[in-house]
Amino acid sequence: MRFLGVVGALALALVLQTTVAQLVVRGTGAVDLVLVVVMYVALSYGPTTGLLAGAAAGLTQDALSTGGVIGIGGLAKTVIGYVTGLLGSQFIVAKPLPRFVVFYVATVMHAVIFMGLYELLQLREFGLPYGGVLSQALVNAVVGIVAFQAIELLPGAMERRSAHRGGMRVKRRLD
Amino acid sequence: MPALDVRRRSGYLFLAVLIAQIVIISAQVSTKSGAPVLEAVALGLFSEVQRLGSVVVRTITGAWSGYIDLRGARTDNERLTRELRDARIALQQERALAQRSRGLQELLELRQRAAVQTAAADVIAAAATPEFRAITIDKGTLAGLRPDMAVIAPAGVVGRIVVPSARAAKVQLLIDRNAAAGALIERTRAQGVALGNGTDRLELEYLSGSAELVVGDTVITSGIDGIYPKGFVIGWIEHVERVGNSYGAVRIRPAVDFSRLEEVLVVLTPEEPLSGTSEPQSVTSSAGAAR
Repeated sequence: MRFLGVVGALALALVLQTTVAQLVVRGTGAVDLVLVVVMYVALSYGPTTGLLAGAAAGLTQDALSTGGVIGIGGLAKTVIGYVTGLLGSQFIVAKPLPRFVVFYVATVMHAVIFMGLYELLQLREFGLPYGGVLSQALVNAVVGIVAFQAIELLPGAMERRSAHRGGMRVKRRLD
Repeated sequence: MPALDVRRRSGYLFLAVLIAQIVIISAQVSTKSGAPVLEAVALGLFSEVQRLGSVVVRTITGAWSGYIDLRGARTDNERLTRELRDARIALQQERALAQRSRGLQELLELRQRAAVQTAAADVIAAAATPEFRAITIDKGTLAGLRPDMAVIAPAGVVGRIVVPSARAAKVQLLIDRNAAAGALIERTRAQGVALGNGTDRLELEYLSGSAELVVGDTVITSGIDGIYPKGFVIGWIEHVERVGNSYGAVRIRPAVDFSRLEEVLVVLTPEEPLSGTSEPQSVTSSAGAAR
């Protein structure tokens, strides 16, 4: 069920990214909805799900990009999914401000890895697009927080989440 | 202990996924053999989802605006937009024809052909990654589209086809970091190369220091790259910076608003080279339009 949910969310993000996102946010610092979903999944389900979701989403984006190398986006999103998942499992990231910081820093980190790999392999020159990266980080963070708030406001979502966590704790104790 | 095991297991998995992707990247970087098969297959499959998404989005936005807007005003607006678009396309073609009539070489070319043949296509999706500037259109090889065909809009040059599938094609926009087109200052005939830089502006490079240009000059395609037909508008000079006797940064404001593209035209018959010179010109074509 979780697997289907994650795959569905990533597919929806990809479709929205290629259809609606450019209509809503214009300019060089456009939102990366797929990255937002990867970070959301990592924060919600942990590093393993985060890294797998990041790898799948990144590779799909790479395959759909023009002239890009398949694997670079995948690698960048795998790292982000894993690191964000680790952060989410080690620290309490339940309030909007910590979430904002995680989304913001992770987006900047993603840009550094993504563009850095392209520059390192001398495949593409990105220059130093500070403005674009920082504005994308801001938009991603805002979208991420809104997504979290919206999903948590859904009827019964909190109860389901706490029940799920309780179940996990009991399972660990039994193990 | 179990918690440690779980963390260790996810660490191993992380390492395995990273190594797998590094292997994938290495394989591509060393071969450099055009568009990967995975890219074409992914485009073919996902373009259908994008097409569906585009239809849904267009249906919803169309229904919404149709409900809100005044029907009469909307109909008039659509008619006038259509007329304006047709007029601008005609103007582009006239401009291209007028350019060809200059000089002996253009006169010779005029004997061979009169106007460009185009196929209309709808934009069904934007780039999957914000770092790349590309669009997906709803026509592919079944409609006669091939890689390196020029894509234009009523306002001017849009880009070129890079990966066509059967019913869709990926178009690299002129503003992409890896895009370029042979350019000409319309007023002074000075030649250069218009380069994309990932923003919504273009850079004009390889200009002669003696070339004369001022802010507001129209920049058109020179046709030297063999992809974009000669005489189509690229944009207007927005900023000129001189460093000594040569030009520093020359910025172009594109004629096309790339964020609002809905319909484009694919040039099906790019300018044919004169007989006997076909080989050399086709060799320069791909090098000219993609960095």
